[in-house]
Amino acid sequence: MSFIQKLRAIVWKDLTSELRTKEMILSMCIFSFLVLIIFNFAFALGLKTLQGVIPGILWVAFIFSGLMGLSRSFGAERDRGTLPGLLLCPVSPWGIYLAKMIGVFIFTAIMEIFTLSIFTILYNVNLLPFLFPLGLIIFLGTLGFSTIGTIFSAMSATTKARDVILSILVFPIAVPMIIASVQATGMILAGKPLQDILSWLKILVAFDLVFLLLAYLTFGFIMEE
Amino acid sequence: MTRKPNFLATFKLITFFMMFIALGAIFFYAPVEKTMGIVQKIFYIHVPSAFFAFFAFFITFVASILYLFKKEHKWDVIAFCAAEIGLTFCTIVLITGPIWAKPIWNVWWTWDPRLTTTLILWFTYVVYLMLRGVVRENQRSNFSAVFGIIGFANVPITFFAIRMWRTIHPVVITAKGLNISVPMKHTLLLTFIAFGLLFSSLLISRIRLEKMRVNTGEIKALIEDKIHFG
Amino acid sequence: MIELPKNDNIIEVKGLVKKFGFKIVLRKVDLFLQRGDFLALFGHNGAGKTTLIQILCSLMLPTSGKVRVAGFDPRYDREALCKIIGVISHNTYLYDNLSAFENLKFYGMMYDVVNLNEKIEELMDLVGLSEYMNDHVQTFSRGMQQRLSVARAIIHDPLILFLDEPYTGLDQQGAEDLKHLLEKFRDQGKTIIMTSHNLDRGLELCDQAAILVAGTLVYKKDIGKIIKDDFKQTYLKLSEGKTLPMQVVL
Repeated sequence: MSFIQKLRAIVWKDLTSELRTKEMILSMCIFSFLVLIIFNFAFALGLKTLQGVIPGILWVAFIFSGLMGLSRSFGAERDRGTLPGLLLCPVSPWGIYLAKMIGVFIFTAIMEIFTLSIFTILYNVNLLPFLFPLGLIIFLGTLGFSTIGTIFSAMSATTKARDVILSILVFPIAVPMIIASVQATGMILAGKPLQDILSWLKILVAFDLVFLLLAYLTFGFIMEE
Repeated sequence: MTRKPNFLATFKLITFFMMFIALGAIFFYAPVEKTMGIVQKIFYIHVPSAFFAFFAFFITFVASILYLFKKEHKWDVIAFCAAEIGLTFCTIVLITGPIWAKPIWNVWWTWDPRLTTTLILWFTYVVYLMLRGVVRENQRSNFSAVFGIIGFANVPITFFAIRMWRTIHPVVITAKGLNISVPMKHTLLLTFIAFGLLFSSLLISRIRLEKMRVNTGEIKALIEDKIHFG
Repeated sequence: MIELPKNDNIIEVKGLVKKFGFKIVLRKVDLFLQRGDFLALFGHNGAGKTTLIQILCSLMLPTSGKVRVAGFDPRYDREALCKIIGVISHNTYLYDNLSAFENLKFYGMMYDVVNLNEKIEELMDLVGLSEYMNDHVQTFSRGMQQRLSVARAIIHDPLILFLDEPYTGLDQQGAEDLKHLLEKFRDQGKTIIMTSHNLDRGLELCDQAAILVAGTLVYKKDIGKIIKDDFKQTYLKLSEGKTLPMQVVL
């Protein structure tokens, strides 16, 4: 299918381009590493009380680091002046959106895997028994973050204080996704079965679907001038 | 176009009187509540403000959708003005809430699902207005329309998420336990009507102001054009 | 390939208005071009040349007026239009840290080009960059980048080419190379609109010349009817005063 080929082309281009310099992914990983370290000092807690804040620390690291990747998604295209080149291609705005969203998702996922590894070492937590449910929550949460983030990346790319605008656009909208992800992560790490976190999963899935649909309906308007 | 249409002037007069009547009812007609005392009367301001704030944001939501469909400038104006008025009422909610909570429950803030959702909503529309401030003219209407839709669509999801979160982290204060008597209901109805009139007249005035600003800008641009290019 | 009867206008612009906020950038522009025409569009900075090109190639929406390119409305038939137009700007639309091959491969995939590898070889040969196939674009000189940009723009064999100040930043050799390529495209029958500041470069290739002043098309003539020196005088006069002349010379 031509549409799939074009998606692949854009994702391939973004991946190849980034893997050459590795600039963005390195910054994201180092930043999340720093967040993990600083939170350790910020909370100065013993291991028992740490249990309560672990999910929060993880997701704060994911989101603040993720914002860097988001900023780059459309920001780099604007800076290099290649966005018009993309818009001149016979591809729908939805296709551009989807490809960019997948790119953001992949980079954020790489950063998250790195963060989780560092996390297990720094905080002496064994995540292996929870791998599947944890992976599911992180997948859904990251998907939600990428969905709304890509829309706002496109919006903020044209403004002056790009990163600030991006952050204030993302945070109010990301609230339900953050609440659901942190709560579900906490419950999983506490050993609760998947059944219990079903309602949080529902919220995450609803979030992802609603905003994916809105992106489909409205992204064309964001590309218009 | 420069004289205020008579209808609007009369409407504002009616609003003014209704607000007075409502104020009178709040202090002289409604009884003092048993458990909460006189502070409870702030409820008559708090509740209608909340209702009209949400109503305003709903208007922004619908106007944003209509703007994207029809691309008529007036929908963008309505969306923007409603957001401003809504934000004003929302601010009133967020100020009266803590004022009510502090003397009664001795805390400024409760993470009550409704109040918290209102706080997020407040932020959303502050961001909406900021977005309009930083985006270039040719994309401003499109971007704010999209954000207006996304921001409002987020409300139900946020509310449910916060409510679920609250059941896991119950706070000492539960829902406001109010005994409402008949005179109180009357007073509430009265303030609802008064606030409704206030909301409408503010919105209409604001839209008129915005339209005037746009017209003035266009005329100015035409004049400058003539001067430069003959 | 789109088949159009010979006499139909491939580009139709009627009453085009573009406003940015309150500022009017294009005022009721009318423009008609037939298939195979080469129009050189001149105008001072801020006259609206780039805006006009961007509206024609669907990068910008008109405020009002009718625009048809090869029968397509850039507003509603964007994807179909994109398949038959190529755009070369002073901006190359190339990805710096990808190689020339990778850049062309990307755009080739986006345009559904068949036999892509062969096409890329053919294009690199055409623009004289074959030996730099796997070099990163950021190592290219300005002239080389512009040549690669030309390859990118024609990878899908477009019918119509829009060039927005393509000679910007090119040295003598680079400009000569570009000129030869444009001659080839003109001889192939492509319809071309080129904006430029450089009167000589524009006039040497075109078969129609036009001048845009403050958003209005005030002059349009076939090259046969233009005396270069007179044209230069007219252009300087119009650009300096930036006033709309009483008489529109068409």
